[in-house]
Amino acid sequence: MNPISLATRRLFLNRTTASVGAAALASLLRRPANAAPQGPATGGRTDLPHFAPKAKRIIWLTQGGAPSQLELFDPKPGLKSRFDQDLPDSVRNGQRLTGMTSGQKRFPIVPSIYSFRKHGECGMELSELLPHTAKFADDLCLIRTMHTEAINHDPAMTLLQTGHQISGRPSFGAWIAYGLGSENIDLPAFTVLISRPSGPTNAQPLAERMWGSGFLPAKYQGVRFGSGKDPVLYLSNPEGFTRDDRRAMLDDLAALNQLKSADYHDPEIQTRMDQFEMAFRMQASVPELADLSQEPAHVFERYGPESKKPGTFAANCLLARRLAERGVRFIQLYHRGWDQHAGLPSGIKSQCYDTDQPTAALLADLKERGMLNDTLVVWGGEFGRTVYSQGTLTPTNYGRDHHPRCYSLWVAGGGTARGKVIGETDDFSYNPVRDPVHIHDLNATLLHLLGIDHTAFTFRHQGRDYRLTDVHGRVVNQMLA
Amino acid sequence: MKRSFLFAIVACFCLVPTTHVSAEPLRYNRDVRPILSDHCFACHGPDKASQKAGLRLDMREAATAKLESGEVAIVPGKPNAGVFAERILSDDVNIVMPPPSSHKTLSPAQKKILLRWIAEGAVYEKHWAFLPVDPVKVPTAADLPESYRRTWGDWARNPIDWFILRRLAEADLTPSLRAEAHTLARRSALDLTGLPPQPEFAAKFDPAHPSRYVDALFQSPHYGERMAVDWLDAARFADTQGYQVDRDQDMHAFRDWVIQAFNRNMPFDQFTIEQLAGDLLPDATPQQKIATGFHRNHMVNQEGGIIAAEFVAEYTADRVETTAAVWMGQTFTCTRCHDHKYDPFTQRDYYGLKAFLANVGEQGDGGQDAILLPDAEIDGRLASLEKDATLLRKQLKELSVGDVELTSWTERLVSDRLRWTPFEIHSVSGKVGEPTVSADRTSVELKAIPQGGQAVKLSVNLPRGPAITALRLEATGQKADAQVRLGFTFAQQGKRGIPLTAAREGIAIKSTEAAKIVGSDRRAAIAFTATKAPDVIALVWEPASPLSSSQNKGAAQDALDFSFTLSSSTQPSTWRLLYTTAPADQLIAQEALETATKPAKQRTVADAALLRREFLASSAEAKRLTRQIAALDEQITALKKQRPTAFVMQERAKPKDTYILMRGSYDKPGETVTADVPSVLPPLPADSPRNRLGLARWLVDGRHPLTARVTVNRLWQSVFGIGLVRTSEDFGSQGELPSHPELLDWLAGEFVKGGWDVQHLLRLILTSSTYQQSSRTNARLQAVDPDNRLLARGPRFRLQAEFVRDQALAAAGLLSERIGGRSVKPYHPPGLYELVTAGSTTNVYVEDKGEGLRRRSMYSYWKRSVPQPAMLAFDAPGREICSLRRPRSNTPLQALNLMNDPTYVEASRHLAARMLAAGGDADSQIAFGYRLLLIREPSPAETAVLRRSFERNRKEFANRPEAAVGLLKAGASPVAGKFDPAELAAMTVVAGTMLCLDETITKE
Repeated sequence: MNPISLATRRLFLNRTTASVGAAALASLLRRPANAAPQGPATGGRTDLPHFAPKAKRIIWLTQGGAPSQLELFDPKPGLKSRFDQDLPDSVRNGQRLTGMTSGQKRFPIVPSIYSFRKHGECGMELSELLPHTAKFADDLCLIRTMHTEAINHDPAMTLLQTGHQISGRPSFGAWIAYGLGSENIDLPAFTVLISRPSGPTNAQPLAERMWGSGFLPAKYQGVRFGSGKDPVLYLSNPEGFTRDDRRAMLDDLAALNQLKSADYHDPEIQTRMDQFEMAFRMQASVPELADLSQEPAHVFERYGPESKKPGTFAANCLLARRLAERGVRFIQLYHRGWDQHAGLPSGIKSQCYDTDQPTAALLADLKERGMLNDTLVVWGGEFGRTVYSQGTLTPTNYGRDHHPRCYSLWVAGGGTARGKVIGETDDFSYNPVRDPVHIHDLNATLLHLLGIDHTAFTFRHQGRDYRLTDVHGRVVNQMLA
Repeated sequence: MKRSFLFAIVACFCLVPTTHVSAEPLRYNRDVRPILSDHCFACHGPDKASQKAGLRLDMREAATAKLESGEVAIVPGKPNAGVFAERILSDDVNIVMPPPSSHKTLSPAQKKILLRWIAEGAVYEKHWAFLPVDPVKVPTAADLPESYRRTWGDWARNPIDWFILRRLAEADLTPSLRAEAHTLARRSALDLTGLPPQPEFAAKFDPAHPSRYVDALFQSPHYGERMAVDWLDAARFADTQGYQVDRDQDMHAFRDWVIQAFNRNMPFDQFTIEQLAGDLLPDATPQQKIATGFHRNHMVNQEGGIIAAEFVAEYTADRVETTAAVWMGQTFTCTRCHDHKYDPFTQRDYYGLKAFLANVGEQGDGGQDAILLPDAEIDGRLASLEKDATLLRKQLKELSVGDVELTSWTERLVSDRLRWTPFEIHSVSGKVGEPTVSADRTSVELKAIPQGGQAVKLSVNLPRGPAITALRLEATGQKADAQVRLGFTFAQQGKRGIPLTAAREGIAIKSTEAAKIVGSDRRAAIAFTATKAPDVIALVWEPASPLSSSQNKGAAQDALDFSFTLSSSTQPSTWRLLYTTAPADQLIAQEALETATKPAKQRTVADAALLRREFLASSAEAKRLTRQIAALDEQITALKKQRPTAFVMQERAKPKDTYILMRGSYDKPGETVTADVPSVLPPLPADSPRNRLGLARWLVDGRHPLTARVTVNRLWQSVFGIGLVRTSEDFGSQGELPSHPELLDWLAGEFVKGGWDVQHLLRLILTSSTYQQSSRTNARLQAVDPDNRLLARGPRFRLQAEFVRDQALAAAGLLSERIGGRSVKPYHPPGLYELVTAGSTTNVYVEDKGEGLRRRSMYSYWKRSVPQPAMLAFDAPGREICSLRRPRSNTPLQALNLMNDPTYVEASRHLAARMLAAGGDADSQIAFGYRLLLIREPSPAETAVLRRSFERNRKEFANRPEAAVGLLKAGASPVAGKFDPAELAAMTVVAGTMLCLDETITKE
């Protein structure tokens, strides 16, 4: 297919149909493939944002399986002297346990075998397992008193992502895609990247609903970006069918749809034509985005040895930066494998190998580009882990069960307080003693930073105005810069 | 949808009528309640717990009573006398209602309506949907303005049209022309079968007698399939359990039941009763029990460590909310935790319904009542195998033994004494547990192993000398609370796995726990889980034939590799592998060995019997028979597993107690409640049983105000895209009012009167002039009624996800016509499952071959955690919870799917082959394709576009033959006939373009 015939067809289209398809084609040809965000947001609700946003986008680094706060973020040096002692009943205070440990005869305390050290000017205490993240201590807002109601992975992850334990609600990303629309008409507003842990792990399943659109229209659901031939499903043309062939086919399709439109006047036909044009643009923009080969060597060094392997958390962090650069609103990464009921010391080390350096690299990249100012980065899981050991306890090996009462999570950038620790837990990291932050509070705060009043951002479904935060949530002022 | 747009619709149906009401008093239900409900009821409505200032505005007595403050909100007839007016009119943010924090404001028009309503006496009405369905007078020509009577007086074909026409006249709109015959033939077939009609069938459409065509469609077995798709959304039907483990849950028998029920046109009352309570019908048939699977389709959580009671509460909650939504169009979710904020339902109502639906056997983590389904072929094979096994068992029992042989055998047991010798371990591999070999090389020690262990391989030397007759594995060190999971294989080096025969139960093993494990496995690998492992685990196998090292002198000794996986062990453990060369008849139970050593005189009768039994069992003949029986048993077990099962509801004899759960929480039971129906609805008849059967009959007794309204509304929705009540899942006070209230009631009455006959209702709709209008629109209609609620034109909207694909398969001639059966796995992008699943039996998607790729989409395997992506892209719901209305989006992912999914590339190739095979020139081939797919002739302009496409592509592919070969490779099925690759590829592009047309995926 030579350029002249392409141009001829375009002329034909412009003359005969004056369609948006042709206009979109023309704009596509003008625009360089790696262009930055495309001007004003498209789609989204006209009443949003409610006020000037601090953050334009979110990168949510979801750690599936529940990372142990005791080994990573919540130092409890006092536990050293209590090794293998029973957890006082007064601490547990009758709170429910999972079926995995409720039958245990004792609840022996196990201190972290990993040590903590102060970092940055703020002196935030972080684990030796996070040497890279620790370099950004002064950028983090660490919450040590996150809590949730759910005690099993599936309901807990569903609550974290959709604000409700039971299926049916839209995910956070879907709310944002619906509310704020896209900054790049060539890419979906909400993308999801799932990585493969490198070590042998107990990887808890995820489900489509966690990035689903719930009762919002399906177009707001998260689009999974894979690491294979088709980063977005069905992206590649069939074998033997070139991009020129596709262009020609779409021109024919547009001509036929235009004839129908002229007869039926249904605006849906025009919308359909627009969608085919966007699909065509995605066929160029997505591979360009997913192609890391042009990234210089020092970038891969920064993201670490795993970053050249497609589908790793490191590679996905790098992709997340590229998505953010292109104006994608909500970028959700999932890394599974934190569910260490046994063998926690070795398991968590392997997980930190996968995640620590790439996370820090992402922060560094965003900072270097001045994007950390308007990008919210969130790192955390669906709940925490118990201070007592599950199964056999030895000085070097132990496990921990699920713990919803308190756990740690951090947020950076996008107008969050820097170098700050929020909340305090008791001596056993079992109960919050100061400033508890519920998932609804976190979500209310993240929405606030995006310029949205969480109580006013609603969608009518089954006669009720639903919110991401349901009827709960408060903005945590301490989290704001 | 944009806010402003929503408002336009509200305006259309709420405010427009009020413009001509200056003469007519306001109607509470139509004009007032929607405003009060949306702005006031959350704090001044039915939910006592959240009532502010003691004010309740949803009831007249309460709204006009004295408040806590001593003031009165509403004084009927005197708008300025009560504080209500003062508060809604105030400019003071501290006084105005609704308060700014609610993010709700009353418009000036709304305030005016409220004040006028008070002035007119503040007359309340019961919510329209709770009022009985009274007979409705069908409008006549006399009800139309003169001009309409003249032009449209003979437009109506049945009562539906009179209601529609009267409303159009009110809005100053006129009906559209009738659609072309081919359009109606396609539209009706898509509505009733979800498939395009065959061209010969479509030709039978007779505009003078549309009902003949409709009746012919009712005869198609695909009618039941089409109707089932919507019902399966309501029934949250899926192939897996959902939640994180998401195991398979084969409910295809229920799906088949639904299809057949529609195909037999089962009256909707019976359809309801069988699904809610088929098991409680007298002499319930298997089919009626299968129907109760409706309420077993909810999700089931098998995540490790869940608290069972928490999820039992979820499952019953799902049943309550689904029942309320499907049959009553009510949102009960709110009342799980508190009284409803908008509708007159209490928390007690919720748990009263729950008491009907909870009385079944279920454990939180799965176990629920199921029945085995008959299957002629499997049942026949089972009977034959069982007969053989019985015969062999009889033979085994009849084996006899002489006393002399018994005595001599017993003496040999004592003199030879069964000896186990440890193998010498020459190497060990495996990282997990850091295996170390003992100094004498006879045992290996493993440290505690966290979860996710990997295989340990012991290689031992196979000793020269007498052949080995049995192997024994011993593990010591496991404490009683250890969690052990083992899988292992034996392999003699240079050979494949060694077939092991089962050791007889109890052979040389003390532990009964381990004895069970030995079981009947004849393969070289077994696995077991023992939650209470004994101190010593000992397992013994007999190889099918004795093992011996090669006897070549000078050659190295043969090695025996023994691999096992200890996937989790909380204790360190020591492992030994031993062997014996004792004759096979000495491999007997440990206790028999001990008995044999007793002097003959000290043996009891029981001892003697034990020895006799063991001797018999150790004979070569007995072992042969035992092996054969074990083999048969294994086949029988495997076959039984293939028998289809269905989960069903089975009423427990003793009713479970039901409590109001405080804040809906499973662990906070409050007051006990008995089964009862919501108090705002007609009461349960006194003689009605308080079980599911009573509930089901109450729903369909014809007096229930909601069941018929809700059901006809959903049927209307399936045809016109939007229900007469747009919020088809919510007929409560927050739901939208019906666009044509009287038509809705007329249809509901007609439905009940006609014996809940679904086809009668659909026939009425499809033969109406309303339905048969052209779906062309215009600028005025788009401005006045963009959603076509008033139906000044025919319906035009995108096909449901399933039918987009089904249609392509049908037009391509690929579609399998088979009805019902198990789910199938069509084309699916690789890698979707692997990254998100784990520990499930279903964590890899293996595409079917052959027919499974070509069946209707409703049979596609539906995994709740990773649903079919193409279906999701076209708005299919996740089937995790009940869904009664699908959104319709229009996205680039849909475009990518249509362009590049191998399903469509393959369908294009087949459609192209059919077009080419039709003969003639390109124009006539294109016309043939149009007739197959769109049931019409292409226009000259359309033909011209596609002919140019064909010619251009043919040239392209002739120049690039490898490209043609590539394009034609997609999909598994070959096309019939021989074609020039360039021509076929070019026509494939043409057909693919046709499959992507807006018209193709649209019912118009």
